[in-house]
Amino acid sequence: MVVRLDKVGLRYGPAGAEEALHALTLTVPQGGFRWLQGPSGAGKSSLLRLLYLEARPTSGRLAVLNTDIPPQGSPAARARLARLRRRIGVVFQDFRLLPHLTAFENVALPLRIAARPEGQIRADVQEILAWVGLGRRRDAHPHELSGGEQQRIAIARAVVHRPALLLADEPTGNLDDVQAERLMQLLREMNRLGTTVIVATHNESLVRRHPGPALGLEAGRLVIDDADGYYQADA
Amino acid sequence: MPDRADQHAARRADAADRARARALRPARRDDLGLRRALSDRLLPFLVAAMTFLAALALAGFSASSDMAASWRGAATTGVVVQIPNAGAPAASGHTTRRDAVLNALGAMRWVSAETPLSDAALADLLRPWLGAAAANLVVPLPAVVVLRLAPGSSMPADAEAALDRLAPGTMIENPGIWVTRLTRLATSLQALSFLVLLIVALIAVSVIAVATRAGLAARRQSIAIVHLLGATDGFIASRFARRLGLLCLSGAAIGALVALPVLLALGRLATPFLPAGGTSAATANLVALALLPPLAWLIGWATAQIAVRRWLARLT
Ligand SMILES: Nc1ncnc2c1ncn2[C@@H]1O[C@H](COP(=O)(O)OP(=O)(O)OP(=O)(O)O)[C@@H](O)[C@H]1O
Ligand SMILES: [Mg+2]
Repeated sequence: MVVRLDKVGLRYGPAGAEEALHALTLTVPQGGFRWLQGPSGAGKSSLLRLLYLEARPTSGRLAVLNTDIPPQGSPAARARLARLRRRIGVVFQDFRLLPHLTAFENVALPLRIAARPEGQIRADVQEILAWVGLGRRRDAHPHELSGGEQQRIAIARAVVHRPALLLADEPTGNLDDVQAERLMQLLREMNRLGTTVIVATHNESLVRRHPGPALGLEAGRLVIDDADGYYQADA
Repeated sequence: MPDRADQHAARRADAADRARARALRPARRDDLGLRRALSDRLLPFLVAAMTFLAALALAGFSASSDMAASWRGAATTGVVVQIPNAGAPAASGHTTRRDAVLNALGAMRWVSAETPLSDAALADLLRPWLGAAAANLVVPLPAVVVLRLAPGSSMPADAEAALDRLAPGTMIENPGIWVTRLTRLATSLQALSFLVLLIVALIAVSVIAVATRAGLAARRQSIAIVHLLGATDGFIASRFARRLGLLCLSGAAIGALVALPVLLALGRLATPFLPAGGTSAATANLVALALLPPLAWLIGWATAQIAVRRWLARLT
């Protein structure tokens, strides 16, 4: 299993405060696809935050990419977690681009961190930038880009290093329908090539157009775990 | 044939491309925007000032150790007897004053050896006090006899009076006590210079730590993002260390350049007091001065590494 949660809870405040995620038990297999749905404030971003190791569980057991993640407050092998993060691609809900870097440099970052050779970096970044339709904006800084363009840079950065696990938090929030369709095409292609994909979204029409297995959250609890949705990775 | 040439040209262009990429790689990578966050204004200036202070402290250290060495040389000469007007007849009238004193000394049981000094040796003896001028003084020098005390005995209190009866005006003096005091002074000066060096180094570390902290604060978001993308602590710390090492190196190079003429001038002022051929201190100073910039680089690099890693330890 690429993702395994066993009664995982997450609390942001001090002990005794209400949990943002409560006793989540779920698995996502290697190469699987999941929509992650739920109303605003349900805990979608919080769950993804656990999966890309920004937050650690306050209770329960969590494993990502077959690696046990130690709970909050217990020591972790930092280098091991860093290695794990390099195998995960994330489209953050708020993009989190580096403001002082160009679009090209932002997208190149995961490859730089992985110490790929410069020649390969240039080829891969150029290719993915062209794919998201921003090949000619490669030297623009984030503040010179529209919201949708920034989101596409964020998407390019998340996939450029071909991660084993791709987590996208509301990746179509700023995209028009054409761009959203194009993104879905990219996600399905990556999923077909073996990447496990989890997409958090409120975009009901997008889900309706691309039906698939879904996880549903409500007030921090798992209310839907429909692993047999009729979207098939190899359909 | 044209095909081959084409391939060849393409391969060459490819290789040139790769070479250019390699060449661009280390110098231009500034993923964290540290060139802006850690500006090249204040820190190099501070480091230059501290390097200048350190250079002065070094000069003080070596000058005081040189002086101490030359004074200590004087101390080993032991008890000195001065006979003014040595060639004149002694009170007894049979011999010169000098021989009368020498004979008397030879008979004294607390003296194990008495050595009259030649003029050249005398000049050598005076050099620590008078400098090179000692060799060609115009005033007449007294005859000087250096005594070694017999083991286990000390100079009797009436020794000077006894000699004075034979050759009035003869003096015995024991420079050892002065040399001890001067040596102690020189040692304290050395300790002081060392302390100044230490304090400068401590201030340097604090200033660099503060600068690093400021850089971390300015780039907190970027660091958090890079961390989430899987950068190790080493990746992030090395970018800071490289930048701060460079800033310290350039600042220290400027400081050392400014200190160079000052040290040379100080060295020239001190040469008359050095033992003959005593250029060692100046050379040592220059070597130490040349070592300051690499040392500053090391301090900057290491301080940044430690400060960044400690800061990163707070991220999950
Ligand atoms: N950093 C934080 N500190 C404290 N509480 C937080 C933090 N982040 C989220 N929360 C709380 O946790 C709950 C879940 O938030 P989360 O961001 O996971 O919701 P979401 O499902 O992603 O919502 P949206 O669809 O609006 O993005 C909310 O009640 C939110 O207020
Ligand atoms: Mg959210």
